[in-house]
Amino acid sequence: MTTLPSAPWLAGRPARGSADRVFRWATRLAALGVVAILVLLAIQLLDSSLLTWQTFGLGFITGTTWDPVAAIYGALPYIVGTLLSSLIALVLATPIAILTAIFLAEIASPRLATPLTFMIELLAAIPSVVFGLWGVFVLAPFLRVTAEAWISSTFGFIPFLAGPTFGIGLFTAGVILAIMILPTIVSISREVIRSVPDSQREAMLALGATRWEVIAKAVLPFARSGIFGAVILGLGRALGETMAVTMVIGNGQAIPTHLFDQAQTIASKIATTFNEATIGIQTNSLIALGLILLVITIGLNIVARLLVWRVAGPVGAER
Amino acid sequence: MTATTTAPTRTAAILRAGAGGRRMWFDRVMRSVALLASLACVIPLGAVLFFVTARGISAVNLDLLTKPSRALGVGGGAVSAILGTLQMVPVAALLAIPIGVLAGIYVHEYGAARSARTIRFAADVLVGVPSILIGIFVFTFLVLPFRQYNAFAGSVALAVIMAPVIMRTTEEVLKLVPGNLREASLALGVPRWRTTLAIVVRTALPGILTGIMLALARATGETAPLLFTALGSRLVNVGDFGKPMDALPLFIYVNARQPYDLQNAQAWGAAFLLLVFVLAVNVLVRLGSTSRRRTP
Repeated sequence: MTTLPSAPWLAGRPARGSADRVFRWATRLAALGVVAILVLLAIQLLDSSLLTWQTFGLGFITGTTWDPVAAIYGALPYIVGTLLSSLIALVLATPIAILTAIFLAEIASPRLATPLTFMIELLAAIPSVVFGLWGVFVLAPFLRVTAEAWISSTFGFIPFLAGPTFGIGLFTAGVILAIMILPTIVSISREVIRSVPDSQREAMLALGATRWEVIAKAVLPFARSGIFGAVILGLGRALGETMAVTMVIGNGQAIPTHLFDQAQTIASKIATTFNEATIGIQTNSLIALGLILLVITIGLNIVARLLVWRVAGPVGAER
Repeated sequence: MTATTTAPTRTAAILRAGAGGRRMWFDRVMRSVALLASLACVIPLGAVLFFVTARGISAVNLDLLTKPSRALGVGGGAVSAILGTLQMVPVAALLAIPIGVLAGIYVHEYGAARSARTIRFAADVLVGVPSILIGIFVFTFLVLPFRQYNAFAGSVALAVIMAPVIMRTTEEVLKLVPGNLREASLALGVPRWRTTLAIVVRTALPGILTGIMLALARATGETAPLLFTALGSRLVNVGDFGKPMDALPLFIYVNARQPYDLQNAQAWGAAFLLLVFVLAVNVLVRLGSTSRRRTP
């Protein structure tokens, strides 16, 4: 299908007549509303956590104790839990996602690519809480006797990979997160790979390269930074994912010492304790945790979008 | 001097790497690996669908659909959650649709390039903000001042999640409306606002509706933004948005954590209902839009 230009030269022209002006202002107000929500969200989180920052300063980030009775709050165990679970997810998801994106964009015939793409989009549509339910009752018991048992018996000599396996814990959370960020990385990487100009491929084919050589030596180097952006967007999603992780990570309160340990992420800590917290320094500290998460995810999002835009231009808003 | 030595070194290396056999073999292996990876992506979808159907369908019975939830494994159902979702999600949509669609129109039809880019960027960042933080945000100004969890706050939180998604899909669809439609209408002396609404938006309406339905499906499955806003409730709440209200995702979360088999079964039943709705919307909407646009 050829699309005609959608008249971008009209944008930014002044409105004539009062009805025009009213409508234009209504649309502008709505657009500014979206920006305002983001700004207000940041201000509100900062304002509602001020007490914690004033009391503990940056020591809040490095503190390892979370003790409401003694009114001592430190975020480190949750920051570590968040980073570790997301790291596991990235390690598991990235190779599979990039290979899938390559397959869908470069190798598969449309008859195979269309249904596969469709199914991966459906995977993205499954609600987090349903993944959590499946994770608790199906995936965790399964991983406990398969992957976890195998890793701890085979690689147990490496300190971090040894330890009692519960099923519920860091590793299972990482696996669930990997499943949840697959569609994000696949769909954006696929867009990026598709936007690589055909002249790249043709030049390589003309030299007698095989299909895989074209992909590895002409397409991927061109798409590299965009794919990197897709992976970072996936990471951003993993860091903030709440329900599924809360249900399978086991709510441990200390810094996890091994791969199968019970842990807690920032999001799961907030989800499990916010409603029981007393208004004051305790809620302030939970909101301060939220602010840390906000800063990390917004920072990653900005970096990732810039990387993707550089290769493929603006890609759709779906997560 | 032969031709191979004058060729760029990388190409030369490739050409020297074997007279076809090994390279062809490697090509085939890597393509198979890529195929296996894509099949691996589909396994979790199949597994979730299988278990939710297998365990959920037997838990969907008259009790689940008609009785309010009760504590401690003594029966009850999910009707308070079903009714809560049926109320909070439409109210959220009423809040989010005008903002999302109008903002999408502004970004594509009115905004100068620079302000449009800024707004688009803000919307993309907002889509990436963890939904639990949106829950806290709404908590601080719609729950805390009144010292009362309420369903309205839940709807607002869901609306904050929907609006940027609707805005971005609206914009994408408006891009597909040909410019000469606008020009033809303007040349006939139709004012800009009527051109936009009666010609441009009307042409793009099926696509805009697609975006709205997808955002709606997503909001229906959201749990985290409701935890500190609507809270959840065992009581059937019809129409009182000033009080706590239950929702299907909250019901699943609460019942999955109970130590009673009956409660767990109800969680599976509710998950089945939720998944059927969410996937049905996604399948119908995507099938409809691919057959219309005919792009792969």
